[in-house]
Amino acid sequence: MNANTTTTSGIGGSVRRREDSRFLQGRGRYTDDINIAGQAYAVFVRSPHAHARINGIDTAAATAAEGVVAVFTAEHTKDIGGVPTGWQVHSKDGEPMAEPKHPVLAEGMARHVGDPVAMVIAATRRQARDAAELVAVDYDPQPAVVDMKAALAADSTKVHADLPGNLCYDWELGDKAAVDEAFAGAAHVTKLDLVNNRLIPNAVEPRCAIGDFDSVSGEHTLYTTSQNPHVIRLLMGAFVLSIPEHKLRVVAPDVGGGFGSKIFHYAEEALVTWAAAQVKKPVKWTAERSESFMSDAHGRDHVTHAELALDADGKFLALRCSTLANMGAYLSTFAPCIPTYLHGTLLAGQYVTPAIYCEVKAVFTNTVPVDAYRGAGRPEATFILERIVDQAAAETGVDPAELRRRNLIKPEQFPYQTPVALQYDTGNYEATLDQALKAADYAGFESRRKQSAAAGKLRGVGLSCYIEACGIAPSNVVGSLGARAGLYEAATIRVNPTGSVVVLTGSHAHGQGHETTFAQVVSDMLGIDYDAVEIVHGDTAKVPFGMGTYGSRSIAVGGAAIAKAVDKIIAKGKKIAAHLLEAGEGDIVFENGAFKVAGTDREKSFGDIALTAYVPHQYPLESLEPGLEETAFYDPANFTYPAGTYVCEVEVDPDTGRVTVASFHASDDFGNLINPMIVEGQVHGGLAQGIGQALLENCVYDADGQLLSGSYMDYCMPRADDLPSFQVDTTVTACTHNPLGVKGCGEAGAIGAPPALINAVVNALNGGGHPIAHLDMPATPQKVWAAMQSN
Amino acid sequence: MDIGGEHQIPAAREAVWRALNDADILRRAIPGCEELEKISDTEFNARITAKIGPVKARFKARIQLEDMDPPASYTLTGEGQGGVAGFAKGAAKVRLLDQGEGASVLKYEAEMRVGGKIAQVGSRLVRGAARKTAAGFFANFVAILGESAYGKP
Repeated sequence: MNANTTTTSGIGGSVRRREDSRFLQGRGRYTDDINIAGQAYAVFVRSPHAHARINGIDTAAATAAEGVVAVFTAEHTKDIGGVPTGWQVHSKDGEPMAEPKHPVLAEGMARHVGDPVAMVIAATRRQARDAAELVAVDYDPQPAVVDMKAALAADSTKVHADLPGNLCYDWELGDKAAVDEAFAGAAHVTKLDLVNNRLIPNAVEPRCAIGDFDSVSGEHTLYTTSQNPHVIRLLMGAFVLSIPEHKLRVVAPDVGGGFGSKIFHYAEEALVTWAAAQVKKPVKWTAERSESFMSDAHGRDHVTHAELALDADGKFLALRCSTLANMGAYLSTFAPCIPTYLHGTLLAGQYVTPAIYCEVKAVFTNTVPVDAYRGAGRPEATFILERIVDQAAAETGVDPAELRRRNLIKPEQFPYQTPVALQYDTGNYEATLDQALKAADYAGFESRRKQSAAAGKLRGVGLSCYIEACGIAPSNVVGSLGARAGLYEAATIRVNPTGSVVVLTGSHAHGQGHETTFAQVVSDMLGIDYDAVEIVHGDTAKVPFGMGTYGSRSIAVGGAAIAKAVDKIIAKGKKIAAHLLEAGEGDIVFENGAFKVAGTDREKSFGDIALTAYVPHQYPLESLEPGLEETAFYDPANFTYPAGTYVCEVEVDPDTGRVTVASFHASDDFGNLINPMIVEGQVHGGLAQGIGQALLENCVYDADGQLLSGSYMDYCMPRADDLPSFQVDTTVTACTHNPLGVKGCGEAGAIGAPPALINAVVNALNGGGHPIAHLDMPATPQKVWAAMQSN
Repeated sequence: MDIGGEHQIPAAREAVWRALNDADILRRAIPGCEELEKISDTEFNARITAKIGPVKARFKARIQLEDMDPPASYTLTGEGQGGVAGFAKGAAKVRLLDQGEGASVLKYEAEMRVGGKIAQVGSRLVRGAARKTAAGFFANFVAILGESAYGKP
C-alpha cells in the first residue's frame, strides 16, 4: 500500500487524520468530558446473582444518606417501556421469536450478574456510591442456567418464567432437501464441531450518559456514547420514554471506540434521561470498567456442528451447519439478526457451493445480553467455513490453497447468486488469493518450517479466504426479513456563501476517521480545498437524520449519501451558472471546481456560484430558490462484498504451548479506497481484534452464572507485543452499485483473522507430529500444550 | 469451590467444642470480625471485613449450625452480603477428634461460592484468601483458647 507516497488530499490520498490532532493532544470531547452546571451523579445497584427473585428493596437508608437526591427502583419505573429489540426473526414454523420484556430496572427478578436493580442519584459520585452500598436488596437466589444445551433441556430453569422455555427462535435458511441429496452422493464428508468464544468488547472509553431536562421548553437532551444517536432517539423516544422526537435531542460527541457495543440502546441512557426530569437536575452516569464487563453487550458465543460434502475432485457439493447462539438474558437491540441474517447468509463464503443449509437456535441464558461485535455474525460464519475447508484439505490430502482455488467463484460468474440469499455484485477472489500467497511467500513455507524446527519450534501456516457483507440493505428487503428500521443514510451539504462547505452526516465516527475521509470525498467532487470542508456528525439537533455507523457501512452508505448530496449541489450550481453565463443548462459542465460552458473558455468558479446563490442579484428567482444546501437519503441497492485472503504463520513452543504469530499477511479487496492510510489502520485494528479472539480473549462464566473473566486480570486483551508487524495490501474490484465504488473495511480483519490463525496452529501441531482436527479459541498455551500431550 | 484441612488443637475435645460455640471467642478469632452476636444456640449474626484481591468488603453474615452432634461434629452454613461487592456463601462440615491427653484435631471440609464483584475480579484469589482466613482463624483460636478458661485442664 502506497500509504506514505501520495500527496493528494482528494480521493485516493493518504491524508493524515485531522481528528488526530485533538485525540493525540488529549483534547477530544468525550461524553464524560461534558459537565452541566448543577448535575447530579447516578450509580446503579446491580445484581450479584445470575438469577434471583427480588423480594423487596429497602431504600430508606440510602435515601437518607448525605447528598442523595433520589433512589429509584422498578416501583418508580414500571410505567417506562422495556428496552426494545430492533429485529424480529421468525422460526422455521413461521412463529415470531420469543421476545421477553427487558425492563430498565429489574422487575421482581434479576436475570444476569450486572442486571440493574436500583438507581441512586446524589450530588457527588462518591455520595452516590456510598449510598448505593446502603440499598438493601432482599434476593432469593434461583438456579441459573448458563450452558446453551442445558438451557434447551425440557427441565431447564427458565430465564423468563412467562415463556415456554429458553428458546428464542429456531431459524433456518437454505434448501435442506438439496443439501441432504448432495451429501448422499458425496465422495467425502468432513465434520467439525466448533465453538466461537464469547467476547467482551472493551472499548477504551466506557459507556457514559448524561440526561438533561429543560422544564421551560420541555426539551430532553441525552449526551451518550453512541454509534448512532438518531437510532437512540427513535428507540428511546418512541418505545421507552414516550418523548416526541422534537422534544428529544441526542448528542454523541467524540466516542472512544464502539466495535458494535455502542450501537445498542441501553437502559442507563433511558434512565438518566427520565431521571433528569424527575429530579429536575442533569443526571450523569459513567460506567466503571468492571461495570462495562457486566453491562456492555457481549459478542459471538456460538456452538456449531458443521459438515462439508465434497466430490472426488475436491469440489464442494454442500454445506450444512447447526448452531446454538447465545442471546443472554434479554434481547439486545440487534441481537436476533446477528446469528441469522448476518451469519447464515455468509456461509457460501468465496466458494461455489451449490447447496447450503443452516439452522440456528437462539437461546436465553442467565448471562449478559449478546449482540453485534466487530464483524457480527460474519466472523462466526467465516470461522466455520474456513476451518472446515482446511480440515477437508487435511483429510483429502490436498493443499489448502489449492482446495480453495478449485472452489472459488470465478470473476466471470458475477453477479453471483449464492444458495443463502445474497447476490455478490463483484469480486476477483483468485487475484486476491494469488497476491496474498505471493506476498507471504507461501511456496517458501517449508524452508521456514525447517528453520523453526531447527530452533525447536513448530511452525504452521494458515489461510483464510473470507467474505463479508457490509452496508446491510436495501431497506425494503431487510424490512421483509424482520428489521424494524430502515438502513439508508442521510447527508446534507451546506455550502456557505463564501464557498466553504459543511457536511452534516448521519454516519458516526468513533475512531474511523470520517472527518478526514468524508472531507476528501467532498473536496475531490467539488474541486475545492480539503480544508474548506467541515464534517459534522453525532447531534440530532444538527444532522437531519442518520442511521449511524456499524457493519462497515460508513463509506459505502454514508459516503454514498454524501456523494448523492454533492451531485444535487452540482446540479443546482449548473442552473445558477447557466443563468450567469447566459447559456443553456445542458451546455454547462462541472470540472476542476468550475462551471464551464462546454467547449468555451467561459466559466464561473464554485465560489462565484456559492456567493450568487446567497446574494441572488443576478439569479433566476422565478424558477430557482436562492441558497445552496442539499440533502440526500441514500438507500443501497445491495450489500457490498469486501473479500480477501489472509495468510498467517505461527510458531508454537512445544515445551509451553505458547503460540507466537510469526507473520501475518492480509490482501483485501475493499473496492475503491478513499484514504489508503486509514484503510490500512482499520485493517490493523481488525486484525488485532481477530488475533485477540483467536489467541487470548475469552469470556468465562461459572456454572452459577458468575462472570469469572470480569477484569483485565482474567480477560486478556491483545497488546502490541502479541502482534507481528502486519503486511497489508489490496486488490480492487469496484462495487457496482454505489456512486463511489467502495465496499467498507472496518470489520474485515476481525472476520478473516481468527480462522487463519487457528488453521496455522492446527497446521503447526499436525506438522509437528501431533495430529489434531481442531482447536477451539482462544489457543492459549495451556490448551495448545494439552492438545499436544493428548496426541 | 471446595477447601478443607485439619488442625491440631492443644485442648481437650469438650473444651474445644465449648469454645467453638462461644461468641466472644469466635469474634476474637475470626480475622476481620467486628461483631458477632449469638441469636440462639445455633444462630449467629456477624459483621466481617474481608479483603479478596482488590475487593475489600464489609459482609453482614448469618451463620447457622446444623446437624449438631456435641462434641463431635456440626455443619456450619453461612451467607454474607457484601453490598456492591457481592456475596459469599458456604457450608463447612466440622469434625472434632479426641486425641487424648488434652489434645484434639479439628477437620473441616467446606464448599464456598462467591458472587458479584468478588467473583468478577477476585475469583482466582478466593481460594487463597479462604486458606489465609482459615489459617488466621486457627492460629487465633488456639492462642485465645490457651488464655481462656476452656484451655485450662
